[in-house]
Amino acid sequence: MLAFLLRRLASLIVTVWLASIVVFAVLQLVPGDPALLMLGVNAQPDTLAALRSQMGLDQPVLTRYLHWAGALARGDLGVSLTYARPVAELVAERLAVTLPLSLLSLVLSTAVALPLGLLAAARRGRGGDWAVLGFAQLGVSMPSFWIAILLILLFSLTLHWFPAGGFPGWGGGIGPALHALLLPALALAVPEAAILARVTRTAVLDTLGEDHVRTARAKGVGRAAVLLRHALPNALIPVATVLGLQISFLVAGAVVVENVFTLPGLGRLLYQAIGQRDLIVVQGVVVLLALFVVVVNALVDIACALADPRPKGGES
Amino acid sequence: MRRKLPLSLRLGAALTLLLVAVALLSLLWTPYPAEQVRVVARLRPPSADHWLGTDHFGRDVLSMIMVGARNSLAVGAAAVGLGLLGGVPLGLLAAALGRWGDEVVARLGDLVFAFPAVLTAILLTAALGAGAINVVVALALFNAAVLARVTRGAALAVWRRPFVGAALALGRGPLSATLVHVLPNIAGIVVVQATVLFAVAIVNEAALSYLGLGIQPPSPSWGKMLGDAQTHLFNAPLQAVFPGVAIALSVMGLTMLGDGLRDWLDPRHRSSGMM
Repeated sequence: MLAFLLRRLASLIVTVWLASIVVFAVLQLVPGDPALLMLGVNAQPDTLAALRSQMGLDQPVLTRYLHWAGALARGDLGVSLTYARPVAELVAERLAVTLPLSLLSLVLSTAVALPLGLLAAARRGRGGDWAVLGFAQLGVSMPSFWIAILLILLFSLTLHWFPAGGFPGWGGGIGPALHALLLPALALAVPEAAILARVTRTAVLDTLGEDHVRTARAKGVGRAAVLLRHALPNALIPVATVLGLQISFLVAGAVVVENVFTLPGLGRLLYQAIGQRDLIVVQGVVVLLALFVVVVNALVDIACALADPRPKGGES
Repeated sequence: MRRKLPLSLRLGAALTLLLVAVALLSLLWTPYPAEQVRVVARLRPPSADHWLGTDHFGRDVLSMIMVGARNSLAVGAAAVGLGLLGGVPLGLLAAALGRWGDEVVARLGDLVFAFPAVLTAILLTAALGAGAINVVVALALFNAAVLARVTRGAALAVWRRPFVGAALALGRGPLSATLVHVLPNIAGIVVVQATVLFAVAIVNEAALSYLGLGIQPPSPSWGKMLGDAQTHLFNAPLQAVFPGVAIALSVMGLTMLGDGLRDWLDPRHRSSGMM
């Protein structure tokens, strides 16, 4: 087990290191002078020179990378050109929206998907199963940003139950903030719930065929108890693995959905930074999001390995 | 005895054929030129003249959806085609090389998966500007990583089978064994995965075009149409419905086609998944 943990940690470090190189390298592809691109052709020469110096453009690429990566390791993501504030500070502010939004959508999708997957497995081949599979097929086919627009149309413009966009902040209390986050979280949760419900159904059906479950049934344990106490806990490992993989889709979805609802989260910050040509913010946010995805995937791998009693070997 | 085609395969194939037919038809005919602006006829509801209404520039929505189908298919096909060209040889090579080839593909996969395709596209856009090519590159990178992993896993299983060992013992080289014995045996799995990735590419292209980072105007794209429709949600709510239905039907068709193909090629799957 220790060997597995060490190997997973080593691969995590290598991936993070490579990801930092990729982000840095891609932004070196900017044609011409990045400082000129960011400030525009009417920029004053001294402002240009200051930005070039801040970005290290007067130094060799390798020195620039080492400087940037070193600062990154200390939590220093540079200073935003548009906001004239440290990127780390901006990120911390925006995380107060993106993190609760992502967590809420994870909670919603899991709360819907697990019972639906169980129901489908319990009613295999019958009406309930077909209904769940139909929902799952529809859910995976609808992009989250379209669901978001439909939710705005129904719940904001027609029924006036929820705001069509914006975020009041956490200062006014948890209620109004959650009220503003519920529709975006729902839009993100529907496709995730669809995938998770299918995975849960498949995993539970697979577990129902295993010997220990058949033994429990033979000993007279009721069908509901078998499902909840024997099949579900064993089915949770594949479900958790898929949930971990979903994190990267969640990150991508949040970038788009935050823009549908004009929520001041990381996705909105990233989108605006592209429009403003603020490459320092783009670099910082993308590398952090990639880091987040890598770490979550590693944690899911480790959690699954700890939960699964079978021996660990080969590729995780 | 001929095996009956699964329902999902038939439905998926029908929807996918419809998508391809609409895209091809748009090359020859659309009710109106998709880029024709008629400000006097802006935001019209569906009517006999404009079956799906008009947008905020007075463009015919049905014509835009038809041309959008072509654009979506083109981006999806390029992203999946490039992904296949990059991923399948890499996966085959990793399986043939054994341990360290495996390690390289696994690490490359980890790296690519750290960046969801939308994030890669955003990064490329920040460096090189918005456009369909950056979207294709970002999606192709992601697809190549997925296909390399799938190919490697499937190819490793084939390498362990006795007939491959026999072919090697009879003097066939690893390259020849890969092409003659391994590739034909994993083609089904790769096609299934490519079909699903096609659907994912259509969704991601739409999302990026919604943000204005994908296909650029005046060429119509379903994602951009939804973005435009959102600003006129009050006056013309249906404009936010039609492009979304087009995306959903396309994705549904491709995912059902992929699931159906998997069930058909490997009937064991039918016990755990219907569609």
